[in-house]
Amino acid sequence: MTKRFGALTALDDVSLRLAPGAFHAILGENGAGKSTLVKCMMGYHRADAGRLLVDGQEHQVAGPRGAHHLGFGMVYQHFTLVPSMTVAENLILGRDDLPAVVAWAAERERMEAFLRRMPFRVDLDRAAGALAAGEKQKIEILKQLFLGRRVLILDEPTSVLTPDEADQILGVLRTMAREGQVTVVLITHKFREVEAFAHEVTVLRAGRRIGGGHVKDLTRGDLVAMMIPPMLAVEALTVLDDKALTAVRELSLAVGAGEILGVAGVSGNGQRELVETLAGQRSPEAGLIRVAGERYRPTRRQMRRRRVFVLPEEPLSNACVRTMTIAENLAFRNFDEPPIAVTGGFLSRRALHDRGRELIDRFKIRAAGPDASLDTLSGGNVQRTVLARELSQSPKVLVAQNPCAGLDVAATAEIRGRIMAARNAGAAVLFLSEDLDELMELADRIVVMFEGRLVYETARAAADPHVIGHSMASHL
Amino acid sequence: MTPDLGAWGVLIAVVGGAIRVSTPYLYVSLGETLTEKSGRVNLGLEGTLVMGAMSGYAISYLTGSPWLGVLVAGGIGAGFGLLHAAICNLPRVNDIAVGIALFLFGTGLAFFLGKPYIQPSAPRLPHLGLGAWSAYPQIRAAFEINALFVAGIVLALTLRWVFANTRWGLVVRTAGDNADAARALGYSLRGVRTLATMAGGFLAGVGGSFLSLYYPGTWNEGLSSGQGLMAIALVIFARWNPIHCFWVSLLFGAATALGPALQSIGYTSNYYLFNAAPYALTLVLLVWSSSPRHALFGAPSELTISK
Ligand SMILES: Nc1ncnc2c1ncn2[C@@H]1O[C@H](COP(=O)(O)OP(=O)(O)OP(=O)(O)O)[C@@H](O)[C@H]1O
Ligand SMILES: [Mg+2]
Repeated sequence: MTKRFGALTALDDVSLRLAPGAFHAILGENGAGKSTLVKCMMGYHRADAGRLLVDGQEHQVAGPRGAHHLGFGMVYQHFTLVPSMTVAENLILGRDDLPAVVAWAAERERMEAFLRRMPFRVDLDRAAGALAAGEKQKIEILKQLFLGRRVLILDEPTSVLTPDEADQILGVLRTMAREGQVTVVLITHKFREVEAFAHEVTVLRAGRRIGGGHVKDLTRGDLVAMMIPPMLAVEALTVLDDKALTAVRELSLAVGAGEILGVAGVSGNGQRELVETLAGQRSPEAGLIRVAGERYRPTRRQMRRRRVFVLPEEPLSNACVRTMTIAENLAFRNFDEPPIAVTGGFLSRRALHDRGRELIDRFKIRAAGPDASLDTLSGGNVQRTVLARELSQSPKVLVAQNPCAGLDVAATAEIRGRIMAARNAGAAVLFLSEDLDELMELADRIVVMFEGRLVYETARAAADPHVIGHSMASHL
Repeated sequence: MTPDLGAWGVLIAVVGGAIRVSTPYLYVSLGETLTEKSGRVNLGLEGTLVMGAMSGYAISYLTGSPWLGVLVAGGIGAGFGLLHAAICNLPRVNDIAVGIALFLFGTGLAFFLGKPYIQPSAPRLPHLGLGAWSAYPQIRAAFEINALFVAGIVLALTLRWVFANTRWGLVVRTAGDNADAARALGYSLRGVRTLATMAGGFLAGVGGSFLSLYYPGTWNEGLSSGQGLMAIALVIFARWNPIHCFWVSLLFGAATALGPALQSIGYTSNYYLFNAAPYALTLVLLVWSSSPRHALFGAPSELTISK
């Protein structure tokens, strides 16, 4: 199925297969297209492309009634009970063969007989609007069962329920599914419900089916990794160097939150251009960058909003102004925000100074004081200054290139420790280094960059330095 | 010789007046209830009422059959309902604004087309003399009841039954109370609302024909004097319940009959003040029935005024 709303493709060629008696969960972030998928199945939306096969036969569903005829019933994300009507009226309303005149006595008898077989007790004469959320949800489900639906689609039915109510309702449905009475499709955000009740799961992301399978084969970690877009994604990026030669060629990579992706490679294979592009110092020829799934352009505003920080190589020339003070260099990211910026476009020297003092202490920068010129610092302390600036605002994405080059053992350990801490706090770290040992120590995954491309990828646990070293020098 | 009934005379005159005057209120309010139950407000019913009065009178005059006049008035009312519904079915159109436009259009058109019928006198609707048992002419006059009034009572009872017991009733209420539900069930909201608005217009047209063909029983431009609008307000007070519509219509009828009744026993001071009674009643009831603390109880939730 494919469904477009204007320019937005809410559903992009997604397929779903339901065995009789299955309990199928659909997972996905907000806006992933879950509701759109089931609404297309129900004929509520008309799909732009796609087919619906029931028992091997293709069916055109013109509208909800068509879907009802196929035995599909849906409990919508928002209640569709009519608040002013009684429960009995609501139950009967869904019938497609609703008689012109309702014979209430006979209908009530049918309802009561039906309710006796159900595990929930409900009062048929209450107005639906007066019921609590849990009761309403039970009635929505009872209504579908009363109408004899074979395939029951539930769009986040438990978001308004307590866990106990949810377990009760889903437990009943699972039993009915097991007995082959219904097939259930459950949209939910709760992993617990998927693990406890569903047999199969489909994960959607940005309108696409991104994964799924039997619930018992998947861990919660697998599902989370499928659902959540990588924190940093580079898609088919091409960048030219200063001589207008292609330095980065259609490079794609993805770094998850809380992950360090190590990029190995001999320098001069496009690493510098890649970092400069991510830092906003160079425009790409083609391709795009995403942060948390959204298009990212490295402007000052977006960097700040998305909390993307960069530790470039040679920080003295790439990330500092040597003639300015240490405090000023430390404030490059935030001098235009309070408390340093004060009304009228002025800066508070005092706030600037205090902030500098604080970072110097926190990151153990050896300096005469915040107002000393950056020139006076040793190379290792310049590194620390940039690190202090980039890490002090809890990054979501951190790009680091050779951050420990030329540092003594203690300083190296310290900087690596800080990068590890940022990762553990949930940052996605893209770590480019020529030092393979460093990558073997820090990275969760290692890729090798050669002539502007990624030529090799391995998990750290499975990494063999010889193979990596080999691929750094040539194509495998 | 006419026996003098004194204060009783006023009461009987008010009751008789209420029965006579309430019929247009009843029809318009039932029509509006039906329309609003489906989720639309049609403020144009005042215009429909006046159009109904004019066309009913004209048809009765031209054909000699007042009942044909009633029917045509209803048909024209349904046409106005269709117009309202068709415009409201367009995207981003507000039903209140369309209603006001049609109110002005309907009255204007009726005055324009009705000019030739102000003078001639058309055959009027007959009445049932339910007071024939009484020796008092006042009582006999008070119980001269029109068939449309009886039909209105039956209609109110029927509507209530329809809302509770038929597919049509349930679907109309669904459209008015939860549009998502109606869509989920596969009903066409526009279709349901169009038919409900047309039916409402039909009833208002019939109510209008009562004005010109029975009481007061002539056609002129001051005939309705806002009764259509008051009937719409009355729906709110009747809480969208057809049976309440009947009782509240009687109340409005009584308020309207108060001035003439007092006049009939010779009490003529403050005549205009008493004639303003229905308007005052409208204001009082609306103020009394609204509250800043809770939404209108019983109002269909899809109405623009409920949102
Ligand atoms: N009627 C519509 N018109 C335009 N865009 C729509 C419409 N319905 C949904 N969308 C868009 O389609 C995308 C998918 O929406 P959908 O409702 O399927 O998400 P979902 O996965 O159900 O999310 P949630 O968990 O928040 O319910 C969203 O970006 C949404 O804004
Ligand atoms: Mg949804």
